[in-house]
Amino acid sequence: MTEALSLSGVNALYGDSHVLHEVSFSLSAGRVLALLGRNGAGKTTCMNAIIGFLPPRDGRISLFGEPIARLSPEAISRRGIGLVPQGRRIFPTLTVRENLVVARQLRPGTARPWTLERVSELFPRLQERQQQPAGSLSGGEQQMLAIGRALMGNPRVLLMDEPSEGLAPRIVAEVGQTIARLKKEGLSIVLVEQNIKLAFGLADDVVMLNTGRVAFSGGVDALRNDEATLTQHLGVF
Amino acid sequence: MQFWIIQTLNSLALGGLLFLLSAGFSLIFGLMRIANLTHGALFMLGAYVGVTILRVVPDLWLAALLGGLLVAAFGGLLERFILRALAGNALGQVLVTLGVAFIIADFCLIVWGGDPIPVPTPEYLRRPLIVAGVAFPTYRLVVIGIAIVTAIVLHLLMERTRLGAMIRAGVDDMQMARAVGIPVSRLFTIVFCLGSALAGAGGIIGGPILSAYPGLDFEMLPLALIIVILGGVGSLVGAFVGSFIIGFIYTFGSALLPDLAYVILFLPMIFVIAFRPRGLFGRLGT
Repeated sequence: MTEALSLSGVNALYGDSHVLHEVSFSLSAGRVLALLGRNGAGKTTCMNAIIGFLPPRDGRISLFGEPIARLSPEAISRRGIGLVPQGRRIFPTLTVRENLVVARQLRPGTARPWTLERVSELFPRLQERQQQPAGSLSGGEQQMLAIGRALMGNPRVLLMDEPSEGLAPRIVAEVGQTIARLKKEGLSIVLVEQNIKLAFGLADDVVMLNTGRVAFSGGVDALRNDEATLTQHLGVF
Repeated sequence: MQFWIIQTLNSLALGGLLFLLSAGFSLIFGLMRIANLTHGALFMLGAYVGVTILRVVPDLWLAALLGGLLVAAFGGLLERFILRALAGNALGQVLVTLGVAFIIADFCLIVWGGDPIPVPTPEYLRRPLIVAGVAFPTYRLVVIGIAIVTAIVLHLLMERTRLGAMIRAGVDDMQMARAVGIPVSRLFTIVFCLGSALAGAGGIIGGPILSAYPGLDFEMLPLALIIVILGGVGSLVGAFVGSFIIGFIYTFGSALLPDLAYVILFLPMIFVIAFRPRGLFGRLGT
């Protein structure tokens, strides 16, 4: 199986505090990897290290074999990593359409590239609100826009940081269906989730972080019934 | 009656020049989060460069175009090689722009001397326009027209093009803009060049009204600062409205209450900072 994204021995620091310790895992092409852990376990930090917001102190990060650690976020995005960030972070004063258009990137060799039309077809609700300022959208719509915006860059790997956060259950289900559809289209996805049910429903592989270290790494089926591991590192069951 | 009409027109013309100055200042401030203290010096440099160009090609508009391009090139180099080396260090960047402003001032003093140099009004605009027995200075009307056309073009650029949307995305959330692949560093250079071009061209176009003289730089810079604080950082509409407000306050303040001209100028700024810290049209906290 081709390795889409791999981290090996990644250490990252916020100032003096060491937040990621020797983190290593890899995402195979076309699969969904759920990155789980308690609050403060280092999940978002991990995403920030991959996209380049927090360049790791050392360690390697590679995208389809090409090293990307310590490049700028725009260079990393241009090499094919899409980010659906925590808190959505759509551009509030831009219209819905502008949010999508500014993120457009064409990648040679993409079989069925994402375009404004395809994103609108995926999220009909955004289509209706094209000319509205994105800041006026509901939370669920903003989440869809954040996903659509990431897709417009035609990413080879998609990072999704808590896409269900703060959404009504009905919308969570809708977001879940969207992720399932993207997976079916062959996109490789790293999914950070607090919603364990949603994560287990979508993931092929799971990496669990505990205080910045990888505590478990393996297939989702091995973990599903392993209540001891789940309780130890998530403490939610 | 003539007094009020002429002062109104002077206010509008000064407002137009201030818009050419402050539009770029505001965009740079909004996107790069730094107050470019070189901006007044770029205006003055434009005026002086215009003086020299006019000795070779006696056409004010061509001089404004060429001078604007030269000042833009200078601004681009300043951004690319000095400010970028200090990326992430806003205080350092602001201090550097202040230092460069002083260097430009000394450079102008050495090259063009200390005496004010008048810039001639184009021949065909010297005759006043007489409407209903009132004489209007034609050149000032043209300056107002240029400012309005520039405002419309800039507005279309910012609101109707992908480049403009990218710049606004950078103003909204620069880190996220980078993460969706927007080449933010290139946008910095583009916006800096654009702002410098407008300031430089503004200096030349303002020449027939203000002329070129040492100290023009630090006379204009505080006005640009007040305008941007008044109108809101990163807002073109704010820069436009602010420019004309300050144009009026400055002109009428100097004419009616010359002793209090600066008090009248800074008073509205204090009120805006106190009650609307983001400015009249601002989105960003400063």
